[in-house]
Amino acid sequence: MTADVPFALEVCGLIKRFDRPAVDGLDLNVRRGEFYALLGPNGAGKTTTLRMITGLLRPDAGTIRVAGIDALADPVAAKRLTAWISDEPMIYDKLTPHEYLEFVAGLWGVEPALAEPRACELLHWLDLTPQAHERCEGFSKGMRQKMALAGALIHEPRLIILDEPLTGLDAGSARQVKGVLRQRVRDGGTIIMTTHILEVAERMADRIGVIARGKLIAEGTLEELRRKAGKNTDKNTDKNAGKNTSMTDGASLEDTFLALVAEQAEAA
Amino acid sequence: MTAVPGSAVWFARHESRLAWRDWLAMMTAGRRERLRRVVIAIAVFVIFMHFVAYWVVGRYADAAPDKATLVAISASVLLSWLLMISQAMESTTRAFYSRSDLDLILASPAAVEKIFAVRIATVALSMAMMALPLAAPFIDVLVARGGWRWIGAYGLIAAMGAAATALAVALTVALFRVIGPKRTRLVAQVVAAVIGAAFVIGLQVAAILSYGTLSRVSVLQSQTALALLPDAGSLVWWPARAALGDGMALTGVLASSFVLLAAAIAVVAPRFGEYAMTAVGSAGSSIGRGRQDSAFRPTSPRLALRRKEWTLLRRDPWLVSQTLMQMLYLIPPAVLLWRSFDDGQSGSHGAYQLLVPVLVMAAGQLAGGLAWLAISGEDAPDLVASAPVPPRFIVRAKIEAVLGVVALVFAPLVATLAVASPWHALVTSVGIVIAAAAATSIQLWFRSQAKRSQFRRRQVSSRVATFAEAFSSIGWAATAAVAAANVWLAIAPALLALVVMTGAWCVSPRPRNV
Repeated sequence: MTADVPFALEVCGLIKRFDRPAVDGLDLNVRRGEFYALLGPNGAGKTTTLRMITGLLRPDAGTIRVAGIDALADPVAAKRLTAWISDEPMIYDKLTPHEYLEFVAGLWGVEPALAEPRACELLHWLDLTPQAHERCEGFSKGMRQKMALAGALIHEPRLIILDEPLTGLDAGSARQVKGVLRQRVRDGGTIIMTTHILEVAERMADRIGVIARGKLIAEGTLEELRRKAGKNTDKNTDKNAGKNTSMTDGASLEDTFLALVAEQAEAA
Repeated sequence: MTAVPGSAVWFARHESRLAWRDWLAMMTAGRRERLRRVVIAIAVFVIFMHFVAYWVVGRYADAAPDKATLVAISASVLLSWLLMISQAMESTTRAFYSRSDLDLILASPAAVEKIFAVRIATVALSMAMMALPLAAPFIDVLVARGGWRWIGAYGLIAAMGAAATALAVALTVALFRVIGPKRTRLVAQVVAAVIGAAFVIGLQVAAILSYGTLSRVSVLQSQTALALLPDAGSLVWWPARAALGDGMALTGVLASSFVLLAAAIAVVAPRFGEYAMTAVGSAGSSIGRGRQDSAFRPTSPRLALRRKEWTLLRRDPWLVSQTLMQMLYLIPPAVLLWRSFDDGQSGSHGAYQLLVPVLVMAAGQLAGGLAWLAISGEDAPDLVASAPVPPRFIVRAKIEAVLGVVALVFAPLVATLAVASPWHALVTSVGIVIAAAAATSIQLWFRSQAKRSQFRRRQVSSRVATFAEAFSSIGWAATAAVAAANVWLAIAPALLALVVMTGAWCVSPRPRNV
């Protein structure tokens, strides 16, 4: 990885078709040290996009660069810098958290001398130390999600990609996870996260991207999105003579998001 | 006719609908358009089995109920019954430990004992239904050639299903109460495997020790055995007499079996929910602990993958019981080897000749199962796929893990064989390597994404892979058997095995882009 690359992730013209276009010419740039939230309605192409970035799915067209590395030409080098957590954390029921982290560290080639204290620290942060030597088969969804997060962080990735990481977590666990993610960004890591909990995106993200029908329809800070949504709804209001409400300065991300998605649906 | 909601009939209808759809999905792999092909395949199988049955039992249709006949029928009945008990224990354990709809049932105001009574009865019914496709052709042939008296054998199958389920439920609950819910799962599966295999293996070992052959018929029909067994009028022979059309014996066997089943239902059904919830909630207690030492061991990605596979294989109760079953079936050849070796006779050459294909076949089958678990049964495919390791590297590590276990299981037997006959040991070891590699390759070509817990259904997900794996193992076993006698003659079966492999490769799905 080159240290002077300003972007942790550069995606250009990404296309993936299944029965219909799932991702349709997506362009996306995420800066180093940024917390980026990717929002979109169900079926918008968020997970497909993230799976292509992680190397789990090959795009039909487009380029993906992770910290300057061409992820399609050299997937192993890109994967070394990346961590992926899906909304359904898949861990091994018959392994203990300690064994799971040892395995993940081994897969990413982390030296045991480095990995072991890091594993202890992560388990401590995530309140999993008491269960460190119990098999995961009895773990709740929240504990599994925290395990997956610990696994993702064991190799200190530069880019962490999370698909709905807070789904199903209780308030305490969600706060722990958010705390760990914030710390990671403070330490210079980059996070891309999809979420349907708009409040989380509103509070945590530096920038927000809105995706619909496989295209990035809006991007920016919350203020920038509000302005964009406001401008568009004003246009629509003029067009439809008072049919719509315009975005005010205090509009929530939910209002802004719904307005943007509705506008895109109308345009389609 | 509409059943009253919450009644036993209503639950029975619900359970049968689920069972039917489950069976249908299993047979058609979830594709309704395959149903016609499945029906045709079943019809062909049934017709084929009738020919087999005619060839095997046709000449016994007029058998008189003498002691030798009763012994032969009783042995077959006992063998089938033990297999039924084994299967029923499996089903009962699964019912205890699978959460599925338990939450819904236990949270409802319905009388739970009714649904659990229906579930236990369903297990009994499924045991009988499972035996029917194999037993019916034999019974039909006997009826056709020997008269209606043989129809009683169908009643005997129903009785065997009921009694096997009653015993299996009682055994599982007894284990549950004595050793606790956490250990019961593993122990019950191991006990089921041992029960299923014990009778055949016991007879084979006895036959080897007495007659130096793997045939279990020889020991059962020997004058010594016949003299030791009870008279033809004894109650012990009632199941055999029931099969032969003795009305009183059939009534007695049916009545006692259904009384046993009713008693099991009456005792267990009211507490079944409680047992099941305890079983489900028992995960994570002390028995499920891993290594206590906290030091991470030096590793590489490849070694990490191999270690992970070995740990998961070791901790999988279902797999442990299946492997144990394979190991148990190796006991008779091992005893044969030991006996031949102990005798030090030159005439033991024939015994070695017999051992070679048995070991090669077992290795192929074991490798196939392990390969499915390692390659298709990956519980965290995203994690492994997102690791900075080339895909071929991951596959290689998994294959190494599988072949490592096969080597561990078979090395002691081959080493012993090497002392007795180096040539046979060499042929066996080459055969084991090829059969294991072939079975693993087939699993690799037909790999799909599945959970390890779906292991029991692996045969259903790709029948081509299942048949190819079986025929490949048979082919390589035959090749090894012939090669042990004459290397050049072995070319023919080897070519056949290669044809099977090539065919499997040609019809295997092409790999996807990642």
